[in-house]
Amino acid sequence: MEKILSQEKINLDKANADRYVQLENVDMTFSTKKGDFNALKNINLSIKEGEFISIIGHSGCGKSTVLNLIAGLTQPTEGLLFCAGREIAGPGPERAVVFQNHSLLPWLTCYENVYLAVERVFGASAEKPESKAKLKARADAALELVGLTHANDKRPNEISGGMKQRVGIARALAMEPKVLLLDEPFGALDALTRANLQDELMKIMAKSGCTAVMVTHDVDEAILLSDRVVMMTNGPSAGIGEILEVKLARPRARLDLAEDKDYNHLRSEVLRFLYERHAKKAA
Amino acid sequence: MSATSISKESLKAIMQSKETVVSKGAAMADTEKVEIATVANPAAAKKMTKKTSALLSNKPSKRKAQIYSVLNVVLPPVFGILLLLAVWTLISHQTPSLPGPLKTWHSAVELFSDPFYNHGPNDQGVGWNILASLQRVALGFGLAALVGIPLGFIIGRFEFMSRMTSPIISLLRPVSPLAWLPIGLLVFKAANPAAIWVIFISAIWPMIINTSVGVSKVPQDYMNVAKVLNLSEWKIVTKILFPFVLPYMMTGVRLSIGVAWLVIVAAEMLTGGVGIGFWVWDEWNNLNVEHIIIAIFVVGIVGLLLEYALTQIAKKFSYE
Ligand SMILES: Nc1ncnc2c1ncn2[C@@H]1O[C@H](COP(=O)(O)OP(=O)(O)OP(=O)(O)O)[C@@H](O)[C@H]1O
Ligand SMILES: [Mg+2]
Repeated sequence: MEKILSQEKINLDKANADRYVQLENVDMTFSTKKGDFNALKNINLSIKEGEFISIIGHSGCGKSTVLNLIAGLTQPTEGLLFCAGREIAGPGPERAVVFQNHSLLPWLTCYENVYLAVERVFGASAEKPESKAKLKARADAALELVGLTHANDKRPNEISGGMKQRVGIARALAMEPKVLLLDEPFGALDALTRANLQDELMKIMAKSGCTAVMVTHDVDEAILLSDRVVMMTNGPSAGIGEILEVKLARPRARLDLAEDKDYNHLRSEVLRFLYERHAKKAA
Repeated sequence: MSATSISKESLKAIMQSKETVVSKGAAMADTEKVEIATVANPAAAKKMTKKTSALLSNKPSKRKAQIYSVLNVVLPPVFGILLLLAVWTLISHQTPSLPGPLKTWHSAVELFSDPFYNHGPNDQGVGWNILASLQRVALGFGLAALVGIPLGFIIGRFEFMSRMTSPIISLLRPVSPLAWLPIGLLVFKAANPAAIWVIFISAIWPMIINTSVGVSKVPQDYMNVAKVLNLSEWKIVTKILFPFVLPYMMTGVRLSIGVAWLVIVAAEMLTGGVGIGFWVWDEWNNLNVEHIIIAIFVVGIVGLLLEYALTQIAKKFSYE
């Protein structure tokens, strides 16, 4: 009897692991001044635990909307979203967000920005709040992870764009989220900084093993980082057009991949989707 | 080295004679002493001329531009004031009952030689009158800030509150401040609280409105951060709303102080007692026009100082 139960539990866990984040028939309609605007239609997506997913699509198709739905910042007009078997009812610390424009609070130092997150998640938990020293250690560790210990006491407007984005990542990681949501995290950065941060993010993700969903415009970035690339059709009523599996061995090295046959094949697949089958008509 | 000490010695003598005139306390005289000493120090002066001449020879155009920009800053206001004085003199020549600048100046010197005399409640020095007005403004304004700023936060934060209060605010805000005076007299049955009430009611609107506008302008990004971090309402207010709204709030405070100072003169004219407004009225009854003109300048200068002080405080609080 017990055996059967435990077996069932394992099955359930496995099922949950396969559908760690789940979107079921999600529709999103915004009511605007000019009437209703159907942004997303019938989105179905299952994300495995520990998987790295990229969402790619033309500007305005609804990528950020998908991410905000998973974050719980917006509620779907239709359909259901789950995370770890539970319905997503609102934002929560188990789903941390790295925002498109870093969204650091300009009046706090880098350290204070990270500490604010740590304090809330670990310092105010009902069961056993952690001591101040422990919280401080967490914030310090997060900043060290992104290599910014020296910028602890600087305000966001005193550091470069790349550093800001790294603090944003540190803030999200410091919460020890189960799912990391990234909205074009490197979109505003130059190519060199971008490449460096991509490599750093790959290392960090390998270490922490958390699930990630990243919105991006960049085909190379999507393939380099992801296990699967979700390609979205154009809006209004955008949906998932295709999902591409990226079966490249990890750790991946940017230089090796440049000459890799599989990589280039995947790359042309995504490009074909974006610029042939779902080309954005010039406005 | 010896040159310095000698010049200091000689300066001491000068300062001592000056001290008897100024009699403002040793601290102030001391700072003056040091300043003058460094200038009088020939070695230092030589160095300075060397520096300036070096600057002149190296970058003459830059030096010129500097002088030019300084003149650009200094000259226009000076011209403005001279123009005002000229117009004033001209008008006073036309109307013999209006005293000119010189006459007013003499009267002012006399008046401010003893600003704090006290000959009973109806005859006090101009200093007491200014202080009495400032005290009323401080009280009325302080109460207005105490009520208006939190109210602004609540209105900005909650859509419901905003919709609830907006008709009331739109209705009451345009009402002339003095229209509130009878209500104050009726409720408080005394002149002084009524004057403070008028200050309160006229100073509260800019603070409510600016604070609430600031709160409603908090970027959605920051609120999303608050949501994702699941911050408590207290943390949202202290870590996000308050720092963001502070510049808006300070604008409101500045406008409020301006209005309060504007209104106090009129209110005091009606309520009487000690105060700069009452003083103006009193001098009008005495037909002492010089004093009325002085009062106008005093009101202007005090208002300017209040504004300046608040701007400095606002600068200190800005996070940029
Ligand atoms: N709050 C909202 N109210 C009304 N319409 C909205 C709202 N948010 C998004 N939309 C609309 O939904 C569509 C998708 O927006 P979304 O921000 O998700 O696009 P995106 O794919 O992230 O674009 P980008 O790549 O430029 O960031 C757009 O047409 C946008 O105008
Ligand atoms: Mg977007």
